[in-house]
Amino acid sequence: MDRMPPEDSRPPNRSAADALRPAGSTASNVWGRFRHHPGAVAGAIVLGLLVLSSSLAFLSPYDPEASEIDVRLAAPSLEHPTGTDALGRDLLTRLVYGGRISLSVGIMVVIIALVVGIPIGAVAGYFGGWVDDVLMRITDAALSLPALLVLILLSAFLRELDLPILHSNSVLTIALVIGSLSWMTVARLVRASYLTIRELEFITAARCLGAPNLRIMVRHILPNAVGPIIVEATLEVGYAIMEESGLSFLGFGIQPPTPSWGNLLSDAQEHLTLHPWLAIFPGLMIFLAIISVNYIGDGMRDAFDPYRVLKKVGEV
Amino acid sequence: MGSYLLRRLLQLIPLLFLLSIAIFALVNLAPGGPLASLGGSRHVNPQRAEQLRRQLGLDQPLPLQYIYWLVGNDWTRVDADGDGVDESYGTRRGVLRGDFGISFRTRRPVLTEIMERLPNTIYLMVVTLFVVAIIAVPIGVLSAVKQYSLFDLIATTLSFAGQAIPEFWLGLILILIFYVWLRNPVTGEPLFPAGGMYTLGSAFSVGDWIKHLILPVAMGAVGWVAWYSRFLRAGMLDVIHQDYIRTARAKGLTERKVLYRHALRNALIPLVTILALDLPYIFAGSLYVELIFSWPGMGRLYYQAATQRDYPLLMAVLIIAAATTAVCNLLADLAYAVLDPRIRYD
Repeated sequence: MDRMPPEDSRPPNRSAADALRPAGSTASNVWGRFRHHPGAVAGAIVLGLLVLSSSLAFLSPYDPEASEIDVRLAAPSLEHPTGTDALGRDLLTRLVYGGRISLSVGIMVVIIALVVGIPIGAVAGYFGGWVDDVLMRITDAALSLPALLVLILLSAFLRELDLPILHSNSVLTIALVIGSLSWMTVARLVRASYLTIRELEFITAARCLGAPNLRIMVRHILPNAVGPIIVEATLEVGYAIMEESGLSFLGFGIQPPTPSWGNLLSDAQEHLTLHPWLAIFPGLMIFLAIISVNYIGDGMRDAFDPYRVLKKVGEV
Repeated sequence: MGSYLLRRLLQLIPLLFLLSIAIFALVNLAPGGPLASLGGSRHVNPQRAEQLRRQLGLDQPLPLQYIYWLVGNDWTRVDADGDGVDESYGTRRGVLRGDFGISFRTRRPVLTEIMERLPNTIYLMVVTLFVVAIIAVPIGVLSAVKQYSLFDLIATTLSFAGQAIPEFWLGLILILIFYVWLRNPVTGEPLFPAGGMYTLGSAFSVGDWIKHLILPVAMGAVGWVAWYSRFLRAGMLDVIHQDYIRTARAKGLTERKVLYRHALRNALIPLVTILALDLPYIFAGSLYVELIFSWPGMGRLYYQAATQRDYPLLMAVLIIAAATTAVCNLLADLAYAVLDPRIRYD
């Protein structure tokens, strides 16, 4: 410990130095910085493979739901690379079909979070005063709710209702449940950006030119607040995937025979001792999806915020 | 500071009010209503159902039910025998006075049910948090001090991995490794037990309790260690580039003193906030840990209540967890103000 040099005197590593060069925040600069974040690139590749495999799920020679009694609980082999389950269904096929569910829930939750969170945050931050107070108290209340516990209840109730579009076992239902408690961070983030940006001179200029509030909020402020929103949206995909698998694992999400990573894991519990592959692979898929999303999010954060990279390498 | 405190306290009131309405609505607007599966018995005869409905106050309009739930009904007369005359005083004292009603499932007071489980969850959580602190603080400090070293690279990568591991999967994998695969070389028994707080029917022994703790604590700790160490690393990096650290070095203090006396103290401040925000998990419990390791705590209690539609219990756990979160939020901000004199509130 005592032999440590007083400060990090090593030159910043190559990728960080590259990341510093293009200043500004136009799309190509952001992309340029993102490309030099090794974790983010690796994450993008893994996530791309996951998306590709689940969108090509129909190419599998096996049916994800039809059982085949003579190959029950087969260990991983050439025909079944990840083995088969208790009903003789090919696990790999079920994994890629399950990926469709998890990934589309992830995307849908983010859309819900943005559609609800951006207007709430924008109105609260732009107008301030009592509007801000009311909206932020609602946001605080939603943040204070124990998310997992509430999601369990919401999901149980919605499933029982079985509404016309929100079928009991549909991806949309589960996305709506998770989305209902995932907009708060976006709202807070957007509010913070609006609070800062509305004080800037170009907003005063726009107002002097007679631009209505809505136009200022959408055309002038929003484009300048987009960086943190994109970063948060990316990370939100990871949370949503985690929550969907958790709910399905607990039996409050997607129900069998429709496969999802969470309920595959739940089914695997009773076979843990003798057929561990049933538990290992679904969890591995969840892990890969979330870690790649998190790395992409980290890369985005650095890409949108060169100052943070400077700080990281100790230049500021 | 005084006016800031007052303002925050005043804000707490509408917040808690809003939360109580949201939770009451969530549970009571459920399809079929609370009586849909009362006590789990499907065949309640209509007469009995009517009687129960009256006893539980479910025949009242929802806004009135909400008021009774919140402040009780012992100040007003209710119709207990169903003859249309409000003749006797109610017996409920309301959430505000600590009466959370009677559990549908066990017909015992909800508070009793919770108090039986709460110590088990707190026990698990305190041990987990202690383990998290012991592991996360040194990792965070070291990887900040040796930024970009091999240690830092490994720690940062593991932290990313730890945050991405689904907790429930980790639990299963731990059971697979330490219960199914690894055996005690002498006795041939599984290395660690896969569930419960102690061996049922055996005399109390500290070793037995510790053995039962290891896997649940490991499962709960991984995510937190990952998150806290990464957080502390960022905090330390912020601090060690500041001028007062240079001053401390210039005075000739040893590196150890500079880091642990001067830098770590300030880097820990944001962590205190995070910790205060995580404390409410004591009430909700760690659902996954308790389910996978059959731990008789709050999380499992809630799960059972949710599958059996035990509405009073569900509402109680939700409102307690939510109120604790709101209060802890306030405490976190206050702790911040007290610990960090650089922060001024107006």
